[in-house]
Amino acid sequence: MSVQDEIKQLIEGNKVVIFMKGTPQMPMCGFSAATVEVLKALGVPFQAVNVLTRPEIREGIKQFSSWPTIPQVFIGGKFIGGCDIVREMHASGELAKLVG
Amino acid sequence: MKWMIQATEIERLVTAAMPGARARARDLTGTLDHYELLVVSAEFSAKSLVERHRLVYAALAEPLKGPLHALTLKTLTPEEATKQGV
Repeated sequence: MSVQDEIKQLIEGNKVVIFMKGTPQMPMCGFSAATVEVLKALGVPFQAVNVLTRPEIREGIKQFSSWPTIPQVFIGGKFIGGCDIVREMHASGELAKLVG
Repeated sequence: MKWMIQATEIERLVTAAMPGARARARDLTGTLDHYELLVVSAEFSAKSLVERHRLVYAALAEPLKGPLHALTLKTLTPEEATKQGV
C-alpha cells in the first residue's frame, strides 16, 4: 500500500485523526501538545499518528493536504487545520459541532 | 544565519505576496525561528481559516522549508482586526 493510500485509509476509517509529533501521552512539540489537549477536551475518541516514527507519513501528509506544518487534524475525512485553527474553532464552538 | 529568519523578512514576504496586507511578526523564543504572525488583509474576507492560512503559507513557502521552524498564525480581515483592537 502506498503512503497516500495509507493516509487515506486512516482518515476515512476514523472520525477524528491527528497527525502529530510524539504521542498523546508524550507529545514532542508544543503545537502537537496544544492540539491534542483540545481533542481531549472535546471528549471524543481520536486516532493519533506519530509522524516522528513514520518519516514517510510525515512527508506524505504534507503532500496529501497541501499543508506545510504538523500537527494536522482531520474530522469526518476532511482536513480541518493545524494548531491555530483547531484552537480557534474550539473557542468558537465550531469544533464541538463537527464532532457532535 | 541560513537557519534563521528576521521578523522584518517574514513581514516583507507576506506583504509582497499579499498587496495591501498588514503583517506583524514576533519572535517567540529569541532564536529567530519560532514566530507569531498576525496578518490583516481584505483578501481574507469570505475565506475559511484553512484558506486564509494557505494564503500566508504560500507566501512563506521558502522559509517554511528550513529556517522558519514554527509559526503561530492569526489571520484577520480589517473589520475583524478593528473589532478585536489589533
